[in-house]
Amino acid sequence: MSFALRAGETLGLVGESGSGKTTTCMSIVGLLPRAARIVGGSVLFEGEELTTKSQRELRAIRGRRIAMILQDPMASLNPLFTIFRQVAEPAFFHQRLRGRSLRSRVQHLLKAVRIPSPEWRMREYPHQMSGGMRQRIVGAIALAGGPSLVIADEPTTNLDVTIQAQYLDLLKDIQRETGVALIFVTHNLGIVAKMCDRVAVMYAGKIVEQAPVRELFDDPKHPYTRALLGSVPKLGNKDPLYAIPGQPPNLASLPSGCAFHPRCPEALPRCADEEPIDFHPGAGHAARCWRLDEHAAASHGRSHS
Amino acid sequence: MAAFIARRILYSVVTLVILSGTIFLIVRLTGDPVLLMAEAGASTEDLARIRQQWGLDRSWAVQYVTFMQNALTGELGKSFNYRLPVSELYFQRLPNSLQLGLFATLISLLIGVPAGIVSAVKVNTWWDSIAKGVALLGLSIPGFWLGLVLILVFSVSLRWLPTSGAGDWRHVLMPAVALGWYFAASMLRLTRSSMLEVLGSEYIKLARLKGLPDVVVIAMHAFKNALIPVFTLAGVNLVVMVNAAVIIEVIFAWPGIGRLLYEGIFQRDFPLVQGVVILAGFMIVGINLVVDIAYAVIDPRIRLTR
Repeated sequence: MSFALRAGETLGLVGESGSGKTTTCMSIVGLLPRAARIVGGSVLFEGEELTTKSQRELRAIRGRRIAMILQDPMASLNPLFTIFRQVAEPAFFHQRLRGRSLRSRVQHLLKAVRIPSPEWRMREYPHQMSGGMRQRIVGAIALAGGPSLVIADEPTTNLDVTIQAQYLDLLKDIQRETGVALIFVTHNLGIVAKMCDRVAVMYAGKIVEQAPVRELFDDPKHPYTRALLGSVPKLGNKDPLYAIPGQPPNLASLPSGCAFHPRCPEALPRCADEEPIDFHPGAGHAARCWRLDEHAAASHGRSHS
Repeated sequence: MAAFIARRILYSVVTLVILSGTIFLIVRLTGDPVLLMAEAGASTEDLARIRQQWGLDRSWAVQYVTFMQNALTGELGKSFNYRLPVSELYFQRLPNSLQLGLFATLISLLIGVPAGIVSAVKVNTWWDSIAKGVALLGLSIPGFWLGLVLILVFSVSLRWLPTSGAGDWRHVLMPAVALGWYFAASMLRLTRSSMLEVLGSEYIKLARLKGLPDVVVIAMHAFKNALIPVFTLAGVNLVVMVNAAVIIEVIFAWPGIGRLLYEGIFQRDFPLVQGVVILAGFMIVGINLVVDIAYAVIDPRIRLTR
C-alpha cells in the first residue's frame, strides 16, 4: 500500500472494520502487536525512513513528531494520574520542560482544546470528566509534543453526535493554527467529506482507491468505493439501505486475485486470478481494478502495466 | 468518603456476627468437652458439676447471648484447659505468629511480584515459562510437605538450621519459606495477570504513543494500576498467615496462634476455639476494611463514586 501526505494536509483512511486501518497506523509509529511485523515497504516521514529505525529512535519520534489520538476516550487516559501529569508527559520527556514552564505549557494546551478553567481542571482525574472532555484531553496530549503529524484513529466513534461535530471543528481549528498534517481513520464517509483533503479507501489490508475528496465522491472508480458510497443513508430516501453483500474476507486466507472479487457486482473473469495493479484515471487519483484496464484497453488499445 | 467508610464498617460488623454464630455452633458439634476436662471414670454428678461450673448446662441460646455480651466488652471467656483468659493466651502467641507471617509475606512478595512483572513484560518467552513453572510448583506442592523436606535437607542432613521452635532468624526461616511458598505462587499469578491486563489497556498504548521510555511505561503507568489487586492479596494473605498457619506451626513446633487453635480443637476447648476464630475473623475483616479504605485513597474513582 502506498499513500503520501503533505504538511497541513488531511488524509482520510476509510474502510470496513477489520480492513487494516488501525494496523496501518500502528505500523507507521512502529507499535505493532508482538505477533505482527512489517515485511516490506517503507514509511518516509520528513525525509526519514521509519521502518528501519530502532525502538529507541522511534521513541524520540512518537509523541514528539508523530502523535496519535485513540478511539476510546474512556479507556485511553490512565485512571490513577491527574490530567496535568498525563498532558505534561510528552513535554516533560521530549522538550524537557520542568516546573513553571511545564505548567504553563499544559494550561496553554488545555486552553487550546477548550477545556474551561484549565488551571483548576488539570488537577482532576479522568473519571471526573465527560467523554467529550476526555477526548479533548487526549487531543491536548497529542499536541503536547508539538508534532507535525497527528494520526486520529476513529477519534469520534465513541462520542455522541453533537459532541462529534464539536470535536471535528476543534481538530480543524487546531490544524489551521498549527499546520499539523492529519491522518483521519474512520468508517464514516460524512466525516471524510467534512474533514479531509484526500481519501484512501482500504479493503482487506490494501488501499484500493485513492483520490482528492471531491473527486472520490463525484467519480469513484473502484466498485468497492461505489458500493461504500451507495451504502450511506440519505435523508428522505425511503428505499431500503444498500448493503454490500457478503462479509469482509478473513485476512489470513484472502481470496485469489482481487480480494474484493467475490463480493464485486462488476467482477471480470481475470479478477479471480490476477491481482489488479494501480491504475491512474486522473491526476492524484489511483484505483486498483481491472475494469479500468479494460476501459484503457478499449479506448487506447494498450494496457497499463 | 465518610459515608463510604461508615458503610464498610457496617458490612464488617455484620460479617463478624455471622462468623460468631457459625463458630459457636460448629465447636459444639465436636463433642462433649466435659468428658475431656474430668478425670477418667468421673461420676455423673461430677460431670454435671463441671458442666454447671462452666455454664454448659444452659441452653445454647443462653450460652450464645452470654458469650456475645461478654465478647462485646472484650471478654472472650476462660480456656477450659489453660484456665486463663483466651485473649491473654491469644496475645501471648500473637507476636510469634506476626513474626512468621511477616517473614512469609516478605518472601512471597519478593519472589512473586518481580517474577510476575517479568513474566508479564516478557510474555510467552522462556522467562514467562519459567515463572509459570514456578507458579505451578508453588500452588501444587503442599506447605507441610515442603516443610518436611526443608527439615530433612537443612536440619537433618546439612545441620544448618534448627528443626523447630522459635528464637532468632534461623528458626523463622524454614517455616516462613514453607508458608510463603504457596502465597508467592499466587502473588506471581496475580501480578502476572493483572500486569498483562493493564499492559493491554488503551492508556498504556497511549503512554507508548507519547514516546515514553519503557521503564516509565511499565514502572509507573502500568505498575501502579496493576498493583492494586496485588496489595490487597498481600494484606489479606498476611492476616491469613498470622491466624491460620495451623499445619506449618504444628510441623515446626512454632508457638503461634495456629498451634493454639490446633490444641484448642483437640481438647474441645470451646472458649479457646471460639475466641481464636473470632479474633482471627476480627483481624481479617479489619484488614479488608483497611484495604478498602486504602483503595479509596489510591484510586480516586472509588473515593467519589461509592
